[in-house]
This record gives sequence, structure tokens and C-alpha cells, in this order.
Amino acid sequence: MSQNYYPEGDSFRQSLSGRYRIANIWQALFLSALVIAVLSLVALLYNVIDGAFGYVAFEYKNDPSKFTAKPLDDLTRQELLDILKVNLSSGAYTKLDNEKPMQERSGSVLYTLVLERLIQIDTKQTWSMTDSILRSAEIKAEIAQKYPKAKLEFRSWLTPVFLTTPMSSKAEFAGVRTAILGSLWMVGIAILFALPIGIGAAIYLQEYANKNFINRVIQTNINNLAGVPSIVYGMLGLAIFVRALEPFTSGSMFGIMDSNGRTILSAGLTMGILVLPLIIINAQEAIKAVPDSLRQAAFGVGATRWQTTWHYVLPNALPGILTGSILAVSRAIGETAPLIIVGASTFISIDPSGPFSKFTALPIQIYQWTTRAQPEFHAIAASAIIVLLILLLTLNAAAVLLRNHVQRKY
Amino acid sequence: MNQLDLSKKTRIGESVIQTLLFIAGFLSIFITVAIVYELGKEAWLFFGNPDVTFAKFFGTTTWQPSIGQFGILPLVTSTLITSFIAIFVSLPLGLAVALFLSEYASPKARSALKPVLEILAGIPTVVYGYFALLFMTPLLQKIFGEQTVEVYNMASAGIVMGIMILPLISSMSEDALSAVPRALREGAYAMGATKFETSIQVVLPAALSGIGAALIIGISRAVGETMIVAIAAGSGPNFTFNPFKAAETMTGHIARISGGDLSYNSIDYTSLFAIALMLFLVTLVLNLISQTVINRFRQRYE
Repeated sequence: MSQNYYPEGDSFRQSLSGRYRIANIWQALFLSALVIAVLSLVALLYNVIDGAFGYVAFEYKNDPSKFTAKPLDDLTRQELLDILKVNLSSGAYTKLDNEKPMQERSGSVLYTLVLERLIQIDTKQTWSMTDSILRSAEIKAEIAQKYPKAKLEFRSWLTPVFLTTPMSSKAEFAGVRTAILGSLWMVGIAILFALPIGIGAAIYLQEYANKNFINRVIQTNINNLAGVPSIVYGMLGLAIFVRALEPFTSGSMFGIMDSNGRTILSAGLTMGILVLPLIIINAQEAIKAVPDSLRQAAFGVGATRWQTTWHYVLPNALPGILTGSILAVSRAIGETAPLIIVGASTFISIDPSGPFSKFTALPIQIYQWTTRAQPEFHAIAASAIIVLLILLLTLNAAAVLLRNHVQRKY
Repeated sequence: MNQLDLSKKTRIGESVIQTLLFIAGFLSIFITVAIVYELGKEAWLFFGNPDVTFAKFFGTTTWQPSIGQFGILPLVTSTLITSFIAIFVSLPLGLAVALFLSEYASPKARSALKPVLEILAGIPTVVYGYFALLFMTPLLQKIFGEQTVEVYNMASAGIVMGIMILPLISSMSEDALSAVPRALREGAYAMGATKFETSIQVVLPAALSGIGAALIIGISRAVGETMIVAIAAGSGPNFTFNPFKAAETMTGHIARISGGDLSYNSIDYTSLFAIALMLFLVTLVLNLISQTVINRFRQRYE
């Protein structure tokens, strides 16, 4: 078609319908991209849930009748205790007793101990939720043929017990208690470190800084830090906190001698540096949103800059700053790479007792369990992911509620 | 009569506070300097090793620092391949999503759909890693056959990385598209252009620099992404261009080596910092370019 030719009459109408057809096709394509995005999210969530529930076929390594004549489920708390006392080696029993006195443990905990230590479960095969529901009969037949002695059980890998038991080398008895506590400790330290500094920096940049060279550099630098890959922060943490500041982060400065620099404190400080730019940028946005008239009114009655900031700007910016901080927390909870680098331990069965403890964290557990070859570890990885996602969803919902609240105000 | 003194007073408290706030702001510069210094120091030790020459570093294809093989190429190629796949997935999809949301969707549909993308953006990368290994890889194996697709492969890591970057690209592109003044669209409509013609021939070109910035940020994110590749792309450097084969990326290598027992001052330790320095510089340059582009773009329409 030449540059100066415009169709008229019938040929115009014909080309018009063609143009509309093309437009519709493309609109459908754009829409399908959106559908693909939504489907990916659905597939991801489904994949996780699918992995966390389903049939398990297992055998008892030692027959329960060796330990008791009664069926396992009918045993009382005292009987369970006696079985443990009689059958465990005295060393193993004392060790358990030292961790937490046996008399104080509940019946279900003792039951799990009997299963874990004495009877011992040998998981033969696991199935996803979909398979378990759709091919139930097939699976039962297959198990009856392949492992005649095995029991088949529809199991939810995500249970209250999963949340409250510490790590174990057996997937069937592992829990995320130590990991959740480790994550909380780490995030707590990160926020204690990053929040005051972040808000301070944001106040400086929005309320005090004039447009000179240094302040422009600071601003550009913060924006860039926000884009630095998290693994680089991990390397920084390894070099500074784990290695150079080892006397401080291992606690040997304070008389604690049993660990090296790979502690919760190192991880928390590393994570604090990682979320700092995020907190600054969000706090800046919140402070920027406070109307200038407020400041001018305060200056007008003779308030100093800090009085204005402290009494008028900050209280009004607070919800926005909090929203930003919550988002920073959820970022810190999900970050994995820096924790691997600063040396989160993978097997920790004792609750962290303070900033100088060795630690593990929820995403670290997920990573570890996902990379194991046995499918039962994938099942507990899926359960841990559900725990993590629920945690993040709660945090983000809180942030969104707070944000909506603020939007209504102005 | 008492004269009111209106001259400027020095207030010590105010100056102290201002100084403290400045220090808080300046700390960010200190962090950047610390990153460059610490990474640079160890990388310097690495390159100071007489066995490491630039010719070896960039010219050979085996990476095994502990036995004197210093060819970074296998790690670089796998990083490039996974990033390229990620961009190949996320750019067209992200752009289409952005066009749909900014040009076609009603405000109601937009406010219903954007949270979905925000959720996608908020999912931790380790979860994407699980998804890549236990969903995408079996899917690829079903499509292309288990002989062609290895259990750990770059393709599934790249595709899932693309899904991870999609919300970033779509939200940045959407910002760019909706910053295009309405007058441009109305002008096109007045000339009789359809909505599609307006979007593609008028709005898209006007927003191109903003979309370019989104693309660059996306690349930088893909290059620095660790967990997905650490879980799904395989362990062990492998010089290959076949996306269905396992190959370790720069980030995946750092994560695997530092996860184990690592003694300070060993060549393994310093080599990790050399790789991290490369990562830092690459992403820094990409981010700076993207920021400059965005600032220019903003100035044009404000």
C-alpha cells in the first residue's frame, strides 16, 4: 500500500473488518498471556498442596508385638513410658530425658518416640494427592502385591506435630519448630538493626538533605543497593560478620565459646543490610506522601525542623512506614541464598537459645528437603512451603490492610 | 520594652540529630564501599595467584579451582542460557500482560488481576525452585522425553525464572505504558485507528524506553537469581549449550561451594569472591543503565 493511498467505500469497509479481526486476535493473545500468568500461580500452589498430602506405604522394621501385647493405639501414657524405659539403651534414654524430662512429655509425643526409636518406620513409597484420590484402587492393589506387609495410610504431612517438633533425620518425624524459631530470631535482629537506620536515612533524605552532590549520590546508591543480588549480600556477610567480626558475632567477646561466626547474629545483620534499601525507599515514599501544608503550619508556629519531623511528619507517615517494614520482613523471611552463604546449619534439633546460637531457617529447610532424593522429603518440603506461604500471606494481608487504611485517610 | 531576639540560635540538639540522620543516610554508601572492598580484596588474592591468568580465566572451559582449572566460561554460559530462557519467557508474556492491563482491562478487572501478579512476585525463590524441580522438569520430560531432558536442566530453571520475573516486567512496563499521555491515544483514535493499532503503533513506541528499562532490570534479576538454579539447574560446572542438560550457574556455584565446609584463604574461597565481584559489577551496570533510562523517560512526560 503506497503512502498516500487511503481506501474508500467498499474496499475501506473490507479492510476495516480485516483490521478489526487482527485487533481481536491480538487482544485474545494479550489476554492469554494473563491467563498463563494466573495458571502458573495456580499450578505452583496446586503442585505444593499436591505434594503435602497423599498415600504413604510403610512397613514396621520391628514388629510392635516385640514391645507390647496391646495394639499400639490403645497404650496409655504410662505404658508408653515404660516401653521406652525398658527398650531404649540407658544412654539414649538419659539423653532424651536431659533434653526434656520424659515425665513432662505428653502421650502423643511419647507415642511418636516409640515409633521413631523402637518400632522404626520404613517408608516404601509415597503418592501425590491427585494420584491418591484418582488411582486409589490401583495403588492398593499395587501395594498388596509389591509389599504385602506394608500398611497404606492417607497422610497429611502437614500436621500440628510437624509445626512443633524439631528436625529429624527421618522425614516421617521431622518438623519445622527449630526452623521457624530460627527464622523469627533472624528477622527480629534484622529489623532491630535495619528499621531505625532505615527510617533515619529516609528522614534525612526527605526532610533535611538539600540537592547537593553527596545527597544525590546517596539516593542513587540506595536505589542501586536495592537491585544488588541477594547472594552478593551473603558474600558480604560471610566476609564481614562471619569472618572479620567473628569475636563479636560468635559471642566469644562475651564469654560464649561454643560456636564460630556462623550464628543467628551474623545472619540477622546480613539480612538487615539486605532489607535496608527496601526500608529506606518505602519510608521515603511514606514521608513524601505527608502533605507539605502540615510542615509549613508547624514551621509557621516556630517549630524547629526536628520538632516538625517528630511531632507532625512522622506520626502521619507511620502507617506507610509500617507497611514498608512489613514488606521488608516478608522479604527477609523468604530469602534463602544469603543464609546458605553465611552458613545456616542444616541439621539443628535444639531450639536456638540466643543470638549466638547456630541456627537453621524455614527456607533453608525447604531447600535442603527439596534437594534430597527421597520423595518423602519432598512431601515435608511441600508442607514447609505451605507454612512459609501462610506466614507470608498473613504478613502481606496485614500490609495491604494498613495501606488501604492510609489511602482512605488522605 | 523587651526586645524579642529573632536572630538564628545554634541548637546543639538539632545539630546532633541532623548529624545522626546524615550518618544513617551515609551508611548506605559505606555498605556499597564495603561490598566493593571485601569482594575486591578476596578477588585480588584470587587473581594474584600465579596460576590464574586472564587468558586461562576467560579462555578455558573447565572450572575446578582446587585442582588448578580456572576457566570461568562454563559458569558464564550457563548463567547466560538460563537468563536468556527466562527473558525469552517473561518479556513477551510480561509485555502482553502489561498491554492488556493498561490498554484493555476495565479498572475493575485491573484491580482484581493485579493482586495475582503481586502474589506471584511475593513468592520466595526457594519455592520457585521446588516448582521447577518437581513440576516443570517432569513436565518437560513428558513433552520432550526422558532421554533428552535430564533431571537437572537449565531449561526448567530458566522457564520458572521467567515466571518469577514476569510480574516485575509487567508492572514496570505497565507503569511506562500508563505514563504515556492520553492525548496521544485520543489523537490516534481521532485518525480512525483501532485500539490495537493505537496500542502497538502509538503507545508502545512512546513507552519503549520504559519497557527497555524493565527488560534490563529483568536481565539483572535473572543473572543474580540463585535458589531456582541452585535447586533445578544442576550442580557441577558443565560447558554445554544444550538447555536440557545440567549445568551450574555462577550463583548456583557460589551457593553450593559455600554451603559446604570452606576454609578461609583457600583458592576455592577466594574464587567465590571473584565470581561474586563479577556478578555485582554486571548487575550494577545493568541497574545504572535502567535507572538512567527511567529518569530520562520520566522527564519527557512530566
